[in-house]
Amino acid sequence: MAELRIVAEQFHDLQQQREASTLGMWVFIVTEVMLFGGMFTAYTVYRWVYRAGFVDGSRHMELLIGAINTAVLIVSSLLMAQAVQSAQRGRRAPLLTYLGGTAFLGSVFLVLKAFEYYKHAREGLVPGRLWAFDGPNSGPMQVFVWLYYAMTGLHAVHLTVGVGLVAILLALAWRGTFSAVYHTPVEVIGLYWHLIDLIWLFLFPLFYLVV
Amino acid sequence: MFREPIVPTSTNVIVAAGALVLTVVTTVLGRIDLAPWNLVIALAIAAAKALLIVLYFMHVRFTPGVTRLVVLAGVLWLGLILMGTMDDYVTRAWMDVPGH
Repeated sequence: MAELRIVAEQFHDLQQQREASTLGMWVFIVTEVMLFGGMFTAYTVYRWVYRAGFVDGSRHMELLIGAINTAVLIVSSLLMAQAVQSAQRGRRAPLLTYLGGTAFLGSVFLVLKAFEYYKHAREGLVPGRLWAFDGPNSGPMQVFVWLYYAMTGLHAVHLTVGVGLVAILLALAWRGTFSAVYHTPVEVIGLYWHLIDLIWLFLFPLFYLVV
Repeated sequence: MFREPIVPTSTNVIVAAGALVLTVVTTVLGRIDLAPWNLVIALAIAAAKALLIVLYFMHVRFTPGVTRLVVLAGVLWLGLILMGTMDDYVTRAWMDVPGH
């Protein structure tokens, strides 16, 4: 039967391997910050140019759903942090529970988001054929709403990938792959999950709280 | 075996509670017209929440130096793109430029 090598050949020891994995994930996270950063920059320019349209657009956001979703993601990050702690302690049962909770809350966010998009579509808050808000700020409002769909949509795609990754972690944890000695994938995907939370923490005030 | 300490449940719960409280604060303040401070306050609160999550949930507080530099570099780079783009737009009206 093939031996499971915990420390890959190129690393001196387990600690160095862990640090390399963490650094690698952080470098990836920085590229994600650049990806979303480009869109945040576009938002910043258009908010500066079309202030009134952005205020109008924000007024039509579903604040309650947005606030609840913010809380959902924060709690999911708490559960993910607890999952990492369980993995560090080699406790399989809490690890499974916390990973399950994280994936569940991530899915709750996506369901609420989908419902939110549906509400917007019903109201005609979609640039193009369905647009129902003609007025002096109609054009700038559409810029705001388009940015909203693009940025929260990209965020939702990342969150979906995150839920998938946590599901994979669940399967691996179920099979007993993780222990106090080896649990790097849990830590590293935990970092990715927290990034998704972080991005939302900035999306929320920028789209839902423009006054 | 691992130099990175295990963050206790109490710390995680306090960080999450702090982030939740700040969410309530920012939502309430976001409904009040505090012009011209609304954006600054909202972003400051978001940054505070982000700091809590980065330092404690993402363990940056306990992470070795090189990795922390990468985190800082990412933040600074984002600042560069925002600053570089906005200082172009904001200053365009300042001087008479041919063609404008």
